[in-house]
Amino acid sequence: MTNPKALVLRTAGINCDAETVRALDGAGAPTDLFHLSKMIAEPGRFDDYGILVIPGGFSYGDDVAAGRIFSAELVHNLSNELVNFVDRGGLVLGICNGFQVLVETGLLDSSVGKRTDRKIALYDNASMKFEARWVNLRSEESACPWLESGEIWPVPVAHAEGRFVCRDDETLTALKANGQVALRYVNPDGSTPGYPDCPNGAVEEIAGICDPTGRVLGLMPHPERNLLPWNHPQWTRMQARSEGEGAGFFRRLVDVAKSSIASPSI
Amino acid sequence: MSSSTTASDAWRVEVFKRTTIHDPEGDKALHEVHELGLEAITSIRVGHGYLLSPELDQSEASLIASELLTDPVLEEVKIFPPGIAPSPAPAGSRRVLVAPKPGVMDPIADSVTRIARRTGNGGSSFEVQTFRVFEMHGDAPTDELEKICRRTLANVTIDTLRIDREDLPFGAPKGHGETRGHVEVSMSALDDAGLEKLSVQGELSLTLMEMQEIQKFYKDLGREPSACELETLAQTWSEHCKHKTFAGLIDFVDHSKEGSPTERIDNLLKSTIKRATEELDVPWCVSVFHDNAGIIEFDAGYDISFKVETHNHPSAIDPYGGAGTGIGGVIRDILGVGLGARPIANTDAFFVGMPDMPMKDLPKGCMHPRRILRGVVGGVRDYGNRMGIPTISGGLWFDNRYVGNPLVYAGTVGLAKREFAHKTIEPGDLVVTLGGAVGRDGIHGATFSSIELTEDSEEDSASSVQIGNPIQEKRVLDAMLQARDRGLFRAVTDCGAGGLSSAVGEMGEEGGVDVDLAKVPLKYPGLASHEIWISEAQERMVLAVQPENIDELLALCASEDVAATVIGTFNDTKRLVVRDAGEVICDIEMAFLHDGTPRYLRHAVWTPPTVKDPGCPAPSSKGETYNSALLGIVGAPDVRSKEWIIRQYDHEVQGNTVIKPLVGAKSDAPGNGSVIKPLAESKKGVAIGCGANPRMGLLDPYAMAGSVIDEAMRNVVAVGGDPTHTAILDNFSWGNCAKPENLGSLVLASKACYDVAMAFGTPFISGKDSLNNEFRVGDETIIIPPTLLLSAMSVVQDVSTCVTMDAKEPGNLIYLVGETKQDMGASHYLHHLGLDGGRVPQPDLQRAPTILKAMHSAIHNGLVASCHDLSEGGLAVAAAEMAFGGGLGMDLHLSPMADPEGFMQGSDRDAVLLFSESCTRFLVEVTPGHAKAFEREFNAAGLEGIALPIGEVTAGSRLYMRGKDSADLIEIDIEDLRAAHTGGFKG
Repeated sequence: MTNPKALVLRTAGINCDAETVRALDGAGAPTDLFHLSKMIAEPGRFDDYGILVIPGGFSYGDDVAAGRIFSAELVHNLSNELVNFVDRGGLVLGICNGFQVLVETGLLDSSVGKRTDRKIALYDNASMKFEARWVNLRSEESACPWLESGEIWPVPVAHAEGRFVCRDDETLTALKANGQVALRYVNPDGSTPGYPDCPNGAVEEIAGICDPTGRVLGLMPHPERNLLPWNHPQWTRMQARSEGEGAGFFRRLVDVAKSSIASPSI
Repeated sequence: MSSSTTASDAWRVEVFKRTTIHDPEGDKALHEVHELGLEAITSIRVGHGYLLSPELDQSEASLIASELLTDPVLEEVKIFPPGIAPSPAPAGSRRVLVAPKPGVMDPIADSVTRIARRTGNGGSSFEVQTFRVFEMHGDAPTDELEKICRRTLANVTIDTLRIDREDLPFGAPKGHGETRGHVEVSMSALDDAGLEKLSVQGELSLTLMEMQEIQKFYKDLGREPSACELETLAQTWSEHCKHKTFAGLIDFVDHSKEGSPTERIDNLLKSTIKRATEELDVPWCVSVFHDNAGIIEFDAGYDISFKVETHNHPSAIDPYGGAGTGIGGVIRDILGVGLGARPIANTDAFFVGMPDMPMKDLPKGCMHPRRILRGVVGGVRDYGNRMGIPTISGGLWFDNRYVGNPLVYAGTVGLAKREFAHKTIEPGDLVVTLGGAVGRDGIHGATFSSIELTEDSEEDSASSVQIGNPIQEKRVLDAMLQARDRGLFRAVTDCGAGGLSSAVGEMGEEGGVDVDLAKVPLKYPGLASHEIWISEAQERMVLAVQPENIDELLALCASEDVAATVIGTFNDTKRLVVRDAGEVICDIEMAFLHDGTPRYLRHAVWTPPTVKDPGCPAPSSKGETYNSALLGIVGAPDVRSKEWIIRQYDHEVQGNTVIKPLVGAKSDAPGNGSVIKPLAESKKGVAIGCGANPRMGLLDPYAMAGSVIDEAMRNVVAVGGDPTHTAILDNFSWGNCAKPENLGSLVLASKACYDVAMAFGTPFISGKDSLNNEFRVGDETIIIPPTLLLSAMSVVQDVSTCVTMDAKEPGNLIYLVGETKQDMGASHYLHHLGLDGGRVPQPDLQRAPTILKAMHSAIHNGLVASCHDLSEGGLAVAAAEMAFGGGLGMDLHLSPMADPEGFMQGSDRDAVLLFSESCTRFLVEVTPGHAKAFEREFNAAGLEGIALPIGEVTAGSRLYMRGKDSADLIEIDIEDLRAAHTGGFKG
C-alpha cells in the first residue's frame, strides 16, 4: 500500500512548518505545505490527503488568545471539510500552537461550531513564563492508534500557554473513560513530576489528548524537534545513536494513516 | 474615592478569568507592585479590554465578544454600549486602565480587525483598540498608586494610564494639520547661531559644520532647501548611518608612550578593522562591510551571513519595544543581505545597572535596571519567538554606569544559496515597498540614536519609540523569500533607521531614483510629507523589481496577506527625486547626499588610568577563604546562570540546535558557544559565540579588545568550531567620542582589533558603532564603560564531533591548556575583594592562534570528552562549572602549573593560579586512552608542555583544588556550587 500524502497547513505566524514537513517526508509521507488562503480557495484539495498537520508557531501572534484567530478562520471557512476529513479516516495532528488551534475549533471535544459547548482549554503556564525545555512524555493507553502505550520518550516543549484544563471534573472523567488522555508529562522513571518537568501546571499532567475516534491528536511538545541524533540535550553524554525519538512518532503516524484512510478513489 | 464615568464613544468589552480560574497575569502584576513596595494592594485581577466601533449593533458586538474575544471555559465577559461606563470600583478597590496611546502600534487590534472583517463581523470601517484593566483590591493613596503604575504596569511614553477613570481615547491620533507637498526652508540668510537653532528645532542633529556645508551647497544652487531635503540630509548624514567618527580624521595623542607622540589617523575603520579583512583576504569571505550583513561561505552552494546591531537609546525609553524592534531590525538586515537570507539564529547581549540597586540611588529619569532587564528580555523573547528564529547565544553584564544608558545588542545569522549573495539594480526597475502602513512611529530615530540621553528623554522622545509587530515581519519574510526563490526582484534592502529616506536613498545611490509619497499606504491621515519619508514604521522592506515581474510579485504578496506597493522607479539620473501631492519635494544629487558630508578632524587622547596595581592578595587579607571567594564569583551577577532568560527564548525552533546554550546532565550549566546544523543534507554546523568585558575596557582598552576577541574565539573553538574558518563582528558602544578621552580609548581598541585579527587570521565581516552613550542628570554625566561586543561565527565541519563543557566520566584526565600569568586586571577575583587595577590579560599573538588550532584539531579528531574555556573567574570557576555540569567531582593539583614570568612580589601564588583570567586557556577532559594522542596534538604544533595534566574527574560530588604539598585550597560540594550559580535575581 502506498503511503498517504500529508498536508501541513500554515498561516501568518506559523513557524514550525519546515521541520514538520521534514518530519513527515522523513517518515515516508509525500508532504505539501500550503497557506490557509489556498485551502479556503480550493477546499476540494483536502481529498488529496490522509494526514493533516497544524504545526507550531504563533498564528496571528497569539493575539487575543493562542490559536483563537486561526481556528476562527478554519471554523468559519472549512468546518465541513475538517469534519468530513476525520469522518473518512483522515488523521489530524496539532502540535503546540496547532494543539491550541484544535482545542479552539472544537474538533477534540466534539464542539465544532458550538463554541459555548466547549469543555477543554489551554491557558497560561502556571509559572507565568514561556518555557523552552526538554520533558519526558508517556504515551497513555488511549484511542489514539499510533501511540505505543507505556512508552516514555523525551521531547522539547516551548510555549507560554500550555496548561490543559477541563471545564469540570465530569469532563476529565469522561476524557479518561473515552481513552482521550493520550500523553502525560512524567519523570524518566514514569512517576508524576512537579514543575518544571511538568512545565505548565496542566491538570493531571496532561500533555496531549485525542478526540473520541483517536484520529485527531493534539499535544503541546514538539516531536518534530527531536529527529536528529544530536537534538537531545544530553547527546554528548550518550552512546552514538541514529535518530531522535520524534522520528519514530512520525513513522507510526504515517503507518497508521495507510490503513486508516478511506481511499478517495473508492 | 473619585471616579470619572465619562466613557469612550465605543463598544467596550472586558474579559476576565472566571473567579474559579487561576489568573497568572494578576499574580504577576501583584508581584511587581509589591516589589515596588505597595503592600496595601492585596490582590489584582487582570482583564483584557477592547473598544469596538460604535456603529456596531448589540448583536454584532455580542457576537464578536463571545466568538472571538472570550474563552467559553476560562473567561467571562462584560459588554458596555457606547457612552456607558462600567460601574466604579467598589470601596476599597481601584480600577487601573492601561491602553496604547492613539497611533502606537497595537498588534492585537490589528489581528482582531483583520479576522472580524474576514468573517463578516463588522464592515470595512470596523475599528478596534485594546486596553488592559487591573482590578486592584486594597486601599492605596492615589498618588502612590499612580507612581507605582508608571514604574511597572504602564509606560506613559506609549501608554494612556487611567486610575478610576474610564475615558479612554478611541480613534486615530489627531494630526497636527500638516500639509502635504513642498515646504521651503529659508536658510541662506541664517548666521551660525541661526543654523544651529534650525538644527536643534528641527531635531536634525546636524552640527554647525554640516549646516554650513548644506547652506553653501544650496547657495551655489541658487535656491533654498525643502523640508524634505533637509530631513533627508539629516538622516543620511547621521552618525548612525554615516559613522562619521570612524570615517573622519583623528589626531591621536598617546600619553602611555614616551614623549606622547601624535598620530594622524585617516579613517579609523579603514585603517584598522577593514584593513585586517583586506590584508587577510581569506578565500571564504563572500561579501564584507558593504551590504546589510557580512557573508561567508558555509557548505557547497550555501553561504551564511551575520549582523549584530545596537538599539540602545530606544531601549532606554521603552525597554520592551526598543529591544523588540532591535531584534526585528537586525532580522530585516538578514532579509536584506544580498537577495535575502533565511534567518536561522538570533543572538543578544544586554548591559544594564546592578539588579539590586536601591530605588533611592536611581538617578532621576531612569527606569530601574530590573524593569529594563525584564523589558528587554521580554522584547527579544516575544519578537524572536514569534518570528520562529531560535535565540541561541547571548550575554549579560551589570555595571551601574549603564543605569541611564543601557546597551541592547541583537544579532541574526542567515543562510542562503550562494546565487543570492549579490544584488543589482537596473534603470526602469520599480521601487516596491513590502509590509506595514506608515504612521508617525520612530520619527527621528536615526538622529535620536546619535544624541545624549537626559533625564527628560523619556518625555521628549516619545515619537522616537517604535513598537514592533513580529507577525507582520513574519508575513514579509514568508512572502519575500518565496519571491526571491522565483527570481521576482533584483535588489532588496530593509527600512531601518531613517525609514524610506535611507532605504530608497541607499538603493538609488549608484543610479538614481524617483518616488511618489502619495502612493505610500498610511495608518492614519494627518502626516506631513517629510514624516512619511522618514517614518521608521517597522516591518518594511524595499525591493527593486523588474517591471515584467510586478504582477506576479503583487499576486504572491496578496496570497500571503502582505501589502506591496509600487512607489517609484529607479533610473540613471544620479538624483534622488521625491514627489508628493503632485509636487517635487526633494531633488538632490546623489553625490552630495552620500559624499557631501564634511569630514571632521577630531582629537583623541589616551592617558592610562592612574590606579595602582594591587597585586594579588590572598583571600584571607579580606577575611575570605578560597572557597568563599569561589562561591562568591560563581554567584556574581555577571557569572551566574542566565537560565531564567534562556528558557524564555525558544532556542530550538527550526529543530536544528545541536549544542544548546545550557548544557550538562541537568541542562543547567553554561555552555561555551552554541551550534546549529542548518542544512538537512549536511553535517556541517555553525558555532556562535561572543565576548565582552567592560571593566577591562576602563583599565586598558587595547588589551580589552584582544581579550574579547580571544574570548569569542575560545567560545566557538571549545564546542568544535574551526578557528581557520571563523569570522568576527565588532560592535562598539562608547561614550561621547567628541570628547578626546573617549575617542582615545576607541582608537586603542580599534588598533587591537587589527593586530589580533591579523594574528588569528580572523576577518571582521561586519560591525556597527554607537558612540554617544552618556546619561545626563542635572550637572552630572554618567559615561558608560568602553564596551566592545565581539561576536564570532565559526564553521563546524561535522556536528557529531562537537563537545560540551560538562564533565563526563570518573577516571578521565583533566588537562589545563594554555599559560597562566598574573593577569588579574579587571578580574572577578579582585572585584570580589573590592580591588581595582592590575594588568589586563591579552592573547599572546605568537602562540594563541596555534593553541586554538591544536585545540580544534584534538576536538575534531574525537580526543576530547569535554572542554570549557577559561574566562570570568579563571581556572577555579571553569572547574566548578564543569563539575556541577556533569554532576561529578574533580580532584585538581595546581603544583605542576608553571609561572613563566614569575608572579609579582607579595602576591599570593595560589590565588593567581586559581583566579587569573589569562587568555587562550581551556580546561579539557580526556579519557586515559586518548591522553597520549591528545598531548601529541599540541607537541606536533610546537607547543610542548602547553597541555598540562592537572588531575582527574572523580565519582564523588566534591571539587578539590590543591596547592603546594597537596594542601586543600578548595573543597566544595558541587551542589553548593550549583546553588550559588543558579541563585540571584530571576526576573
